Amino acid sequence: MSDILEVRELRAYYGQVQALHGIDLSLREGSVTTLLGANGAGKTTTLRSICNMIRFTGAIRFDGIELSTRSTEKLVRLGIAHVPQGRGTFTRMTVEENLRLGAISRNDERAVTGDIDRMYAHFPKLKERRSQQAGTLSGGEQQMLAVARALMLRPRLMLLDEPSFGLAPLIVRDLFGILAKINREDKVTIMVVEQNAELALELASDAYVIETGRIVMSGPAAEISNNEDIRKSYLGY
Amino acid sequence: MELLTNQILAGIATGSIYACMALSVVMIYQAIDHLNFAQGEMATFSAFVAWQLMRWGIPYWPAFILTVTISFAAGVAIERGLFRPLANASILTNVAGFIALFAIVNSVTGMTWDFTIKEFPSPFGSSQFLGSELINSHQAGMIGVTGLLLAFLYCFLGFTKVGLAMRAAVSTPESARLIGINVGWMVALGWGLASSIGAVAGMLIAPVVFLEPNMMGGILVYGFAGAVLGGLSSPAGAVLGGLLVGVFENLIGTYVPGAGNELKLPIALALIILVLRFRPDGLFGRNVVERV
Amino acid sequence: MTAIPQTTLTSAKTGKRSGIVRQTSSVLFLLILVLVPLAATNFVTFQITMLLVYATAILALNILTGGSGQFSLGQSAFFAIGAYTCAVLVEHGGVNYLLTLPIAAAVCFVTGFLFGLPALRLSGVYLALATFALATAMPQLLKLGYFERWTGGVQGLVTSKPDAPLGLPISPDTWLYYLTLAFSLAIYAAATNLLSSRTGRAMMAIRDNEIAASAMGIDVALYKTLAFGISAAITGVAGALGAIAVQFVAPDGYTFQLSIALFLGMVVGGVGWLPGSIAGSAFIVFVPNVAESISKGLSGAVFGVLILLVIFVIPRGARQIAEYLQATIEGKRGSA
Repeated sequence: MSDILEVRELRAYYGQVQALHGIDLSLREGSVTTLLGANGAGKTTTLRSICNMIRFTGAIRFDGIELSTRSTEKLVRLGIAHVPQGRGTFTRMTVEENLRLGAISRNDERAVTGDIDRMYAHFPKLKERRSQQAGTLSGGEQQMLAVARALMLRPRLMLLDEPSFGLAPLIVRDLFGILAKINREDKVTIMVVEQNAELALELASDAYVIETGRIVMSGPAAEISNNEDIRKSYLGY
Repeated sequence: MELLTNQILAGIATGSIYACMALSVVMIYQAIDHLNFAQGEMATFSAFVAWQLMRWGIPYWPAFILTVTISFAAGVAIERGLFRPLANASILTNVAGFIALFAIVNSVTGMTWDFTIKEFPSPFGSSQFLGSELINSHQAGMIGVTGLLLAFLYCFLGFTKVGLAMRAAVSTPESARLIGINVGWMVALGWGLASSIGAVAGMLIAPVVFLEPNMMGGILVYGFAGAVLGGLSSPAGAVLGGLLVGVFENLIGTYVPGAGNELKLPIALALIILVLRFRPDGLFGRNVVERV
Repeated sequence: MTAIPQTTLTSAKTGKRSGIVRQTSSVLFLLILVLVPLAATNFVTFQITMLLVYATAILALNILTGGSGQFSLGQSAFFAIGAYTCAVLVEHGGVNYLLTLPIAAAVCFVTGFLFGLPALRLSGVYLALATFALATAMPQLLKLGYFERWTGGVQGLVTSKPDAPLGLPISPDTWLYYLTLAFSLAIYAAATNLLSSRTGRAMMAIRDNEIAASAMGIDVALYKTLAFGISAAITGVAGALGAIAVQFVAPDGYTFQLSIALFLGMVVGGVGWLPGSIAGSAFIVFVPNVAESISKGLSGAVFGVLILLVIFVIPRGARQIAEYLQATIEGKRGSA
């Protein structure tokens, strides 16, 4: 399998403060990769750099294409869907409008309608609430909606920022099940940033551990989750 | 009873002016989350452009379409040149920017076309409408055009991809970028549309109040009032709000003893503050429900 | 929008020196203000009196916006109420003009407080609109037939110019100037104290984060309304002083345009920076004249362009210039 995303020497800054100190990452096509680490380690910053939402130096290549010269809205069109922290729901619009928005950069109107139906099959709850204002959905439903919206892009790579945040354990389990299915059936490469390491390692095939802006560990997910030292010192379980 | 009906009818006739303006106020509010104090002056400027085109011999409707197009371009240009750099500035700075724009447009209009009152033609004539003395064919036409604009906006915002993208860009800019929407251009588009709708309003209002650089001063106040009354999030609400303000104004003038012309405005405004107190989203605005 | 009424450039190390720079410039400025009438004609003295009047009104807006984060386009209404309270009491009640100043403050405080009660449930754009409505309605109310016996209707009221008391050998204009100066300085000092007091800190907490403030036990509604009342009271005193200086009140002197001018004055002076009020006042008093001298027909456009220049080049207004100057002076002295 070839690498779909390659990150080299990524350094990012918030004003004067350096948040990332040279990150290297590779995502195999079709894999689920998780980026683990504590609060403030630089997980979100890494995702935001990939989508060119903050100032950074270094190389980020998607399928061989350099991303750093493209604006956020343009690189999305290459097939990179980003589910931001806090889900980024368009609260004032209906569930169905949110889904249609996910496909806004596509030009195949007919296929879009079909995809909406597919999403309703994945997430039956969303179908029930299709004409409801998205802001009235529960946290779990909004997270489902955010994932569904991202899938509407027919992405090749999906970036998820703490999808489990604020959700009940049962709902998280549900959500991760769906992510695994999407990865299997739709061949979407997934990168998920998580604080809930245990669950993320179950889902992922590869894992990176980040601490204060540096990658301190990487390898197959199973290996990392079996290594008790790493679990204790970095992942806290 | 007949007096009441007549006054309501007359109120609707004046209200149609406010409704038209309220619609463009809502449009800009939807696009930029601010109220543009220069909106009235921009509309006046557009009406003068149409007047000038007609003086050069261009017939009404081609001049109308040309003016709408020019106004659209001007709206986009103002956003790009002036307000885009202020996007991250405070609301106070933006308000100061609107005031500056107001002063500039007003002054340039006056300088170019001077302050004498000019007649502006109406495509609908000014005969009695359906035999009523209170509402003439121009006012009826104005209500019709406002209705058309409303239908256009409704379809545009609700059913087109660009409309959907525009609403998304306004409500949550960062998410909008993450799904591939160019937020900057959406804001510019909003300015263009608001400016076009303002141009239509200006051209429809000019035959009623006569064309002069300050013609919109008072009307914009009522336009704001109508928009707030109806709810700034709802174009249909804004139009209804505008019509209601017109009706209130007339009824107050007729039935409140001693109110006369002087008190119409204050009472109408007091009413709006009351509405805001109890229904902050306006009479027809959608209440935003948010859950974290 | 930072609005702490102290310069933020002061670091611990240069604190003492910058204090000196600030104090020296304050004293110099005060000295100029005190000596001006000796050198100026009566008309110039009158103009500077008005400058102080508007500066006080801008200061009031600064307390509201900079102090509590609210925003009013209705200041002209309170200015008008203050002016009319003074004029009506002097002309019809035979009250001494000095006594009318505290009365104007009280009347405006109550009006502002009462207006604030319903209006403060509104936020941002709606509050702007409500205050805008107030400003637009005020001239109409003043023209009302009911009150014409007192207000003089459209014509307004003419008051007489008070002479200097105790037989002081100065012209009435000079006397009014010193009177206004005294009141302005007193209000300025009181405002500075207010903002650094407990009440001021509560207001600023609301400005910075309303939810957090209420979680800390601050009665948000009360303080917001209070800020509105205080701002209205000061504006009212400014209005009354203005009425005494101009010796004339009329509805069309207090239109929405005045609110706009005060608002611009605040932005130009630097939002929340009290000393900036005088710079902002100078802008709104003199710049329209300058604009007119540049181009009579396009004076409005010139004025607009100047506003744009300010917000693009020095977005934090006069405060930015002051900080820049202070930094330069200290830099020079530091290296010398």
